[in-house]
Amino acid sequence: MADILTVDRLKAYYLMNYYGVRREVRAVDDISMSIGRNEVYGIAGESSSGKTSFIKVLAAAIRPPLRVVDGHATYHFKDGSIDLTQATPAQIEAIRWRKLSYIMQGSMSVLNPVRKIGKIFEDFASRPLGLSGTDFRQRVVGHLDKLKLDPRILNAYPHELSGGMRQRVTIGLATVCNPEFMIADEPTTALDVVVQKDVLALIKDLQRDMGSSIVFVTHDMAVHANIADRVGIIYAGRLVEEAPTRTLFAAPRHPYTAHLVASLPRIGDTTQRPALDGRPPNLADPPAGCRFHPRCPLAIDKCKTEVPPLVEVGPGQRSACWRWRDVEPLTPGASRMAEAHQ
Amino acid sequence: MTPLIEIKGVTKRFPIGGVLSGRDVRAVDDATFAIGTDGPEIFTIIGESGSGKTTLARMILGLERPTSGEILFQGTPVAHRNRGERLAFMAKVQPVFQNPFEAFNPLKRVDRYLESTARQFLGLRDQPAVDAAMDAALQKVGLSLAELRGRFPHELSGGQLQRVAIARALIPNPLLLIADEPVSMVDASLRMAIVNLLRKLRDEMGVSVVYITHDLATAYYISDRLIIMQRGRIVEMGPARAILEAPEHPYSRLLKASVLSTEQAGEVTLTVTNDFDSAAAISPEGRLVARPDGRMVRVGSD
Repeated sequence: MADILTVDRLKAYYLMNYYGVRREVRAVDDISMSIGRNEVYGIAGESSSGKTSFIKVLAAAIRPPLRVVDGHATYHFKDGSIDLTQATPAQIEAIRWRKLSYIMQGSMSVLNPVRKIGKIFEDFASRPLGLSGTDFRQRVVGHLDKLKLDPRILNAYPHELSGGMRQRVTIGLATVCNPEFMIADEPTTALDVVVQKDVLALIKDLQRDMGSSIVFVTHDMAVHANIADRVGIIYAGRLVEEAPTRTLFAAPRHPYTAHLVASLPRIGDTTQRPALDGRPPNLADPPAGCRFHPRCPLAIDKCKTEVPPLVEVGPGQRSACWRWRDVEPLTPGASRMAEAHQ
Repeated sequence: MTPLIEIKGVTKRFPIGGVLSGRDVRAVDDATFAIGTDGPEIFTIIGESGSGKTTLARMILGLERPTSGEILFQGTPVAHRNRGERLAFMAKVQPVFQNPFEAFNPLKRVDRYLESTARQFLGLRDQPAVDAAMDAALQKVGLSLAELRGRFPHELSGGQLQRVAIARALIPNPLLLIADEPVSMVDASLRMAIVNLLRKLRDEMGVSVVYITHDLATAYYISDRLIIMQRGRIVEMGPARAILEAPEHPYSRLLKASVLSTEQAGEVTLTVTNDFDSAAAISPEGRLVARPDGRMVRVGSD
């Protein structure tokens, strides 16, 4: 499987210099990974873990004070590669929406409240598609059919639609140009549970249909379990573990992942769930060594001083932990899954 | 034993489209139940946005008056005649809000909230006594006054702030906490600490909790009894485990079917259903009928 995106030792910091006081927030600190064609790659992390900064770089939406300090993020599209860290604004403009698109989180704040849905589609997609008038309308109506939306909504205003319909419209905007790569930032977080599953199924369906890749960002591990092919866990600006979804849930090799997986409650199981103490580190002043060590039950002296590298620990699985061999799944359910897995 | 809270035929209507339009929306329609009849319990209200769960909570807190029906706290009406009665009620029933980052003023030190609550409800005047009350409440949630004194909200994580919010609510020694989506804004790694804390409050301190959520998995994990609301109506209520293991009302079944499972992680094939609004097809009409296992289910009139 050829890669569509390779990220190589990417460092993106918020560099601030106000009134002579310099601050440096290392939001993305040395991340290397790649995403294959046709793949849904899940990114999980807490708030202020740097996951949003990371996808800002991937979406070519880098604005000061966020700056790429080092490294590369290169897309390999069918008709040529582009390194976002070197690209000119004109080059980025040429790929935006056509090849690289973005499914946004709050569907109410994305859609202009005083513009009809049909006009919003024109604003977004008419130029990238190079179509106008009836041709454009036909293309959009055909696309709405895939989203199970009635063409009549093109004459409606955003507030006339339900939350699920609005989110499908934003998915429609992101997919109408058949992009090769999509970034989905918490696209289902604001939705009701009943609608969420359908919207996830729709995203997966469109992705399969178009043969494109998705980076799917959410803090909800249950969503990753249902849509992602591989999942990467970001903690304090670093990628700490990456594995095929099944492996990550059955046999995590980083204590933080093990905790995330174990803390998910399930219907039919009332055993006490472990809670993690402490707080996520401040990225302006992260702990030395492994950034998870102050909260880690397995921490040893080495963890306090030396940064663990992200190393291959199994087929397709990488973990940044000195003690990855000692990481055990924390719940009886997970260990059952691990046995079934082996 | 007198129930802590009794809700008797409570309905709340909000007018829509102006005063003269004559139209209204029934946010809560004829709700009847009791909380804390047999000692402390975690009572969960499950529903989607717009189901009326928050309106119900606001009415229990006395922030909203029911259009009709009655809410009793330990046998006396929640609608108060004067400020003294209102304060006495507030000391016993305390809220915990959804978003701890919005509940606290960013320019105010967090211990100030604890301090004013201690002075207001415990009538304490001298500083050592106030400090002791604050520290006792913080100890209950696993924090201490020493680590919080002088801190601003931005210096704490969401989980810590939410625990401070719970500690503040615990200062007057309440009998009931109303927690409206207390974990939805808290990070995954800190979420279970809050949920486990609610459990501990019930088991060790005898505090009942009204836990409002749309997350069935945590509801199953902590609650004793629950109600499921759809468009303002209770469609199913009774013992939490029994209902969530085998929901009977079509809407409850739909909710359970919508829970994303992690059992088959990475091997799930989601299928697109044709109707994205499956909930709209289910009617919350009918009347509540008792079942042998103690639950009440709304059954259509036909």
